Amino acid sequence: MQLTVWTYEGPPHVGAMRIATAMEGLHYVLHAPQGDTYADLLFTMIERRGKRPPVTYTTFEARDLGYDTAEIFKRAARDAYERFQPQAMMVGASCTAELIQDDPGGLTKALDLPVPVIALELPSYSKKENWGASETFYRLVRGLATEQPKPGASRLVRPTCNVLGPTALGFRHRDDVREITGLLFQLGIDINVIAPMGATPADLVRLPAADFNVVLYPEIADVAARFLEKEFGQPYTRTVPIGVGATQDFIAEVCSLAGIEIPDLSAFASNLPWWSRSVDSNYLTGKRVFIFGDGTHALAAARVASDELAFEVVGLGCYNREFARPVREAASALGLEALITEDYLEVEAAIARLQPELILGTQMERHIAKRLGIPCAVISAPVHVQDFPARYAPQMGFEGANVLFDTWVHPLLMGLEEHLLGMFRDDFEFNDSAGASHLGGHGAADKAAEIGTAAVDAGEGAIAIVHWAPEAENELRKIPFFVRGKAKRNTEAFARDKHLETITLETLYDAKASYGR
Amino acid sequence: MTRLIPLAPGKACAAPPARVVLRERGQREVFCGLTSIMWLHRKMQDAFFLIVGSRTCAHLMQSAAGVMIFAEPRFATAIIEERDLAGMADINEELNKTVARLLERRPEIKLLFLVGSCPSEVIKLDLGRAAERLSMTYSPKVRILNYSGSGIETTFTQGEDACLAALVPELPAAESAAPELMVVGALADVVEDQFARLFDALGIGPVRFLPSRKSGALPPVGPNTKFLLAQPWLRDTARALEARGAVHLPALFPLGVEGTTAWLMAAATAFGVSPALFQAVTEMPRARATRALLRYNDTLAGKSLFCFPDSQMEVPLARFLSRELGMRLEEVGTPYLHAGHMADELALLPADVRLSEGQDVDLQLERAREARPDITLCGLGLANPLEQEGLTTKWSIELVFTPIQGYEQCGDLAELFARPLTRRTRLAV
Repeated sequence: MQLTVWTYEGPPHVGAMRIATAMEGLHYVLHAPQGDTYADLLFTMIERRGKRPPVTYTTFEARDLGYDTAEIFKRAARDAYERFQPQAMMVGASCTAELIQDDPGGLTKALDLPVPVIALELPSYSKKENWGASETFYRLVRGLATEQPKPGASRLVRPTCNVLGPTALGFRHRDDVREITGLLFQLGIDINVIAPMGATPADLVRLPAADFNVVLYPEIADVAARFLEKEFGQPYTRTVPIGVGATQDFIAEVCSLAGIEIPDLSAFASNLPWWSRSVDSNYLTGKRVFIFGDGTHALAAARVASDELAFEVVGLGCYNREFARPVREAASALGLEALITEDYLEVEAAIARLQPELILGTQMERHIAKRLGIPCAVISAPVHVQDFPARYAPQMGFEGANVLFDTWVHPLLMGLEEHLLGMFRDDFEFNDSAGASHLGGHGAADKAAEIGTAAVDAGEGAIAIVHWAPEAENELRKIPFFVRGKAKRNTEAFARDKHLETITLETLYDAKASYGR
Repeated sequence: MTRLIPLAPGKACAAPPARVVLRERGQREVFCGLTSIMWLHRKMQDAFFLIVGSRTCAHLMQSAAGVMIFAEPRFATAIIEERDLAGMADINEELNKTVARLLERRPEIKLLFLVGSCPSEVIKLDLGRAAERLSMTYSPKVRILNYSGSGIETTFTQGEDACLAALVPELPAAESAAPELMVVGALADVVEDQFARLFDALGIGPVRFLPSRKSGALPPVGPNTKFLLAQPWLRDTARALEARGAVHLPALFPLGVEGTTAWLMAAATAFGVSPALFQAVTEMPRARATRALLRYNDTLAGKSLFCFPDSQMEVPLARFLSRELGMRLEEVGTPYLHAGHMADELALLPADVRLSEGQDVDLQLERAREARPDITLCGLGLANPLEQEGLTTKWSIELVFTPIQGYEQCGDLAELFARPLTRRTRLAV
């Protein structure tokens, strides 16, 4: 039994819904009690879809238990087929129906529907949403992909690939697909099938016809890609093209799989390298950033943050244990210990302790950031309605790198502004608690410093409280607000280390000398 | 599956129209009872709701809440895992540990509800016994109760009914010989305060509210207690109060000028308030509310309404919108129709209105498409798809989160329905 306040992932059948909703011509019959239909609003409200997900819920009640829930399922499956006339159906159970063991697969088989039926077994009490999406996509591919590759396809035609992984409710999947398919086309590679997003069951049948597979989201498509490699000899990409370096690596990998020369990359340049080298970006140097998300996005963010923006990654972690290993490796390469957890309170405690200057996380970390008054950008699911922007905003490819630069840097102070704030902080007309003019959260900074420290204190409850002498406290106020929290925390830690009960002016500057910037 | 069943006429109705209710059974696009925790945990300030359920329950709470505005809300889910089901862990022992961890973390909790879910009901986890067992450990510091908010037994607002019904045995026995008034059903604090002032001006008192904001101040109950239902979904709670001798004062629900007046009047009559005093006390707010409604008359009069089932508030809402704002009713769907509590309300609906109970969502959507109402009241899962089809919608969930009862909120309630229509006229894209 696990005590949970907020969860990073839904149950596995929600993962299956993300696949079904992304596709066309597919219908999912879910054996489920009243109330499980809440999942529809994820798609219709958060993603603003104008169509209901293609899901029929059986809606059984307590009085049905024990005698005719199987009959209810059969009727729902038959009605759904007749009403929606899908090319293929998926059937399965939600957590409650799993307990009553009605066997949706067997029941549907007995109906003898004239379309392929894929039975899903998604164990709700041990697995979660990403696993459910991955397993569902794999089952569909395994059940439907049958067409044999054309023997000795002529090299006169362009090489082809499938693009695998984009789903409904994915973080920027819509835009990533557009960016990457555009890139592939420019490289001289044609797209055979994009799946699951926009694909029909008939399209999945054609998957083996491509020369290789591009896996955009390993959380969703890695298992299916491995199957296609084993069964049809289709190799697949391992690089996720987020950031300039990763996009270049991706191009090299794709060209090698396609058997073509790497074209001149200057035509596809991103603005990120120059934006990062221009002098205003000096102030980004060594900014302390905390990164948390799904494994793939967290890993990519760590690389971009440290190599392409020269941030200092002070925390790195993911919520999906399936991807813990590469995240642990990346963290240890950065000299950190990875935070692998699905407990959001643990993530909050880590952030409060580390006092980063920027958080790159999910919508959960956005809430944490708001409470702690720390700037934040969202890099990974789970996401909320504002993470489905009207504009084109991919994360992947060269345009994606531009988007990353803008969305990560804008929550921070602008370089020149940071400089001026430091210069004029003693000006009698300048009230630094007002915050930066281009940021919404006026006056949030002081709160940040206090809340941050309070949380640290609470976490180390046993340690004696250190007092601030009035003149030291006054001096602390002269420190610009955006580093004040860190200065306060460092000084208090320093005082504790030295077993000092009171922080004086001397202590403050001793601590400053000991910690550097 | 559709059946037509004549509904027994209400006793308050002198010449009852023969009502036919369309009863449907199929896919229901509604929340389960757990969702009531969204407002109950804000209302009851020292109570905590521990759902004993699955990851789905936790995900529902998070998604239905929309945003996670509270760092640590006063609810959480104890997620049942494979090892609990496989008998590798003693589930009762696990629950003890979970409660211990929770109470250690949240020492300010005075009242803990163990809330049953679909999975806990199906595996027949006895939360009643668990609550008794845990009460022995934590009483008197923490009171531990249980109820079920499972989807196999409760629809959305019925979760509040189950919660309040579980509270009723805990209410102290009323000691005074004088009659007392109890207002039952969670109301926004601002509405509760307005009603308290009105009852005070009418000389009715003491007035107590269930649920109370603090668990230490539960209202007493006894044969001298007369109670008004502030919400239409309290079947079991009303029954439990009656079992303790309290007397229900049947009335319209306090939505709109007419509903609020009738609701107050029911108490005034029972407490012997003179008509002159009633008139004097209600005259001003009544006039103010009527004025507030006038502003929306142009937008709403003559417009047609189609209600999908959601909160059980649909019948009183339809009564208000048709009688006070001149809207036409295409269909009034409700998850559950309590003939007794709805008697006064039903008597005021037009004779030809289509009433439906339960749901087969695909069939109901077909009826809505055919009716092409000017405004459709429905849940969040249906709203955008219907908008995409060109139908204007109003999210029903807003009605349980917004203060809409009483005189001062009449205008706000009308505005909730006017806004989507106004928006559609203003948009030129």
